Amino acid sequence: MNFDDSPTEAEYRVTVRAWIEANGPDLSVLAPEERRAWHAKHKEIARVWQATKADAGYACISWPKERGGAGGTAIDEAIFNQEEARAGVQFTYFMTGLHMLLPPLMEFSSDEASLARVAPAVRGDEIWCQLFSEPSSGSDSAATRTMAVRDGDHWVLNGQKVWNSGAHAADYGMVIARTDPDVPKHKGLSAFWLDMKTPGLEVRPIKMMSGDSELNEVFLENVRVPANQMVGATGDGWKVVISTLMNERAALGSGTGLGWRDVMDIARNSPAFDGSTLDDPAFREWLADYYVNAEAIRLLSFRTLTALSHGKAPGPEGSAGKLLWATQTQELTNQALDIQDAFGLIDDPDIALLNGGFQHRFMWAPALRLGGGTDEIMKNIIAERVLGLPGDVRVDKAVPFREIPTGR
Amino acid sequence: MNFDYTDDQKALKDEARRFLLAASPLSVARGVLEHPAAGYDAALWARIGEQGWCGAAIPESYGGLGLGYVELCALAEELGRALAPIPFASSIYLFAEALLLAGSEAQKSALLPLVASGELIGTLAVSEGPGALTTERIAAQVTGGLLSGVKLPVADGMAASKAVVLAQGEAGLGLYLADLRGPGVTREAVSTLDPTRGMARVSFDGAPAEPLGTPGEGLALLARIHERGAILLAFEQLGGADRCLEMARDYALERYAFGRPIGSYQAIKHKLADVFVKNEVARANAYYGAWALSTDAPELPLAAAAARVAGCAAYWMASKEMIQTYGGIGVTWEADCHFFFRRARHLGLVIGAPRDWKRRLADRLEERVEAEQAA
Repeated sequence: MNFDDSPTEAEYRVTVRAWIEANGPDLSVLAPEERRAWHAKHKEIARVWQATKADAGYACISWPKERGGAGGTAIDEAIFNQEEARAGVQFTYFMTGLHMLLPPLMEFSSDEASLARVAPAVRGDEIWCQLFSEPSSGSDSAATRTMAVRDGDHWVLNGQKVWNSGAHAADYGMVIARTDPDVPKHKGLSAFWLDMKTPGLEVRPIKMMSGDSELNEVFLENVRVPANQMVGATGDGWKVVISTLMNERAALGSGTGLGWRDVMDIARNSPAFDGSTLDDPAFREWLADYYVNAEAIRLLSFRTLTALSHGKAPGPEGSAGKLLWATQTQELTNQALDIQDAFGLIDDPDIALLNGGFQHRFMWAPALRLGGGTDEIMKNIIAERVLGLPGDVRVDKAVPFREIPTGR
Repeated sequence: MNFDYTDDQKALKDEARRFLLAASPLSVARGVLEHPAAGYDAALWARIGEQGWCGAAIPESYGGLGLGYVELCALAEELGRALAPIPFASSIYLFAEALLLAGSEAQKSALLPLVASGELIGTLAVSEGPGALTTERIAAQVTGGLLSGVKLPVADGMAASKAVVLAQGEAGLGLYLADLRGPGVTREAVSTLDPTRGMARVSFDGAPAEPLGTPGEGLALLARIHERGAILLAFEQLGGADRCLEMARDYALERYAFGRPIGSYQAIKHKLADVFVKNEVARANAYYGAWALSTDAPELPLAAAAARVAGCAAYWMASKEMIQTYGGIGVTWEADCHFFFRRARHLGLVIGAPRDWKRRLADRLEERVEAEQAA
């Protein structure tokens, strides 16, 4: 048990901290309205930063050099990520590709043309999106209805995807489609990667309750994908899904952003009837409860790291981190509004405290409890895979996909 | 960075679990529950002493094994899991830590070797009534080296032969070392919610007492002793909470209702998943506490408060939801569930309720933010 850096790690941390300070992007050149994710100028700064890191050997540090990585250790990579977050220069544009999709691509594909897509993604020149969920396939993530039918040296895809983060700006996507509807549902799926500019593919942004539009619907109509772009063998799609989701939960569970320091800051500046809210015993009790949960999320990410450094994959316990992070974000943002009384309702960035960061996050929190696996699915995973409790009664497991009841 | 026990520590922990499975099955706790006169199981205590566990973190120069605090945390986790009905917490986490923190060379040399071997059982005697330990609350006083007052409750007050007592001295509240078997001391067992961890009313009437640490600094010293104890107790809480979850899981797999194991219903699965998450929060904070304790890190006061808040919450939830999962059998005397329900409350209150520790935690956070802003 050691939460200190080893001497080598400490030295590495000093080096990367200095390097980030010297080379990191300057976000102050952006106007406030340009500092939002997916704004063209914001995205360009992120791209340049990713390329700068790749040139210096700080992008995908633990990946092999022939794939654009630096051949370093998982610990080095984690230290760099921590320092990047500390300096406030971490961007989400490349995470879907680098944290979720390309690891399974490298694991399941041996096709050189496919693997050639990895290095440009590491440099930030190409952005990836995930095309898994469907209108009828959310928590039931193997209920995919998008069909892929073989036609010569291509597969032809038809169907609809939804909740595709960043699809409107992505160059490539990883898609799950059904290649055999006559076998039970988990067995008839296959994974493909495709060019988002392929004819027949249409992206439509979804306006969320937060007002943001970074999630999309993607429609596929006779989209032809070269056969070599299948990831893994025919019928391996579910393995790719699982690998991706495990990586996603491990990444989400270590999420950063507004935290206990920020809510203390607001409490300090919000009068209560007797002093500031920071002095209010009810607030302090809440703060303590929040802190132990938030601290657990931080510390559990070290456990994931310990597992990685011992060559083990992140396990289902990452689900606990994801569940905590999503619920605690809602708890935190709600409290941040509460302690401001009516003023907490104001979300105008020019008037609200912390430029309305808590208000914006508050309107995102419900989505955090759904995306990447809902609270309920996380609890099922913990109960079944960690505690070993039986699966629910299933009416869809041993029957061919086309015979499964679908309701309305 | 390593979020785990080392291989040697794991081996020690496995060894401890095997030993306790044989030496401290739940029938031992039941024995004390049903015959609570002694307040602990003397035979088990003797065997623990032979194992050398009492001296795990006591330096070799004072007769201990000098293994370190992470090793002691590993043992605490297993003792908590086994629900061992012995005065280990009072004597090792609190009394020995008080001596190590505040004792003179003479006090340490005289007492620590006896504590390390298990021959001497020590405890803390601080509480006098309901509520927090404030200066106004403490009436016990020492005049001319003689202690008078009533301490209630004193954990392991019947089993212990020495106590560190919080009392008013000429310089204000201080800690004093008293011989519980000496003149001027009378004591009687008091009935509590957890008879497997005995408590007593200890009355001092002109009992000889010597200062421990700087006179007048009793509350500050006590806070530091409690912080160290809080981390070790958090491991007992974690071990107990883990066992509750395992027992609930096992029962949910065995028990059928409506033709299915009750563990296949989401009402049970989601409840136990929530318990799992609470236990993980307790584990993360306890591990961080173990690191702070073993390195004497500046973060120790914050880490201790967090470990205690999380440990109390986890054990409470795991013990009550285990009973709920068991259903009717869970609320009978015959089932073992209530042992854990009792122990969860004992551990959650013995060094102050979670509310008090949340207050401390918020104080430490405020200090930390101020330090960060000054830097």
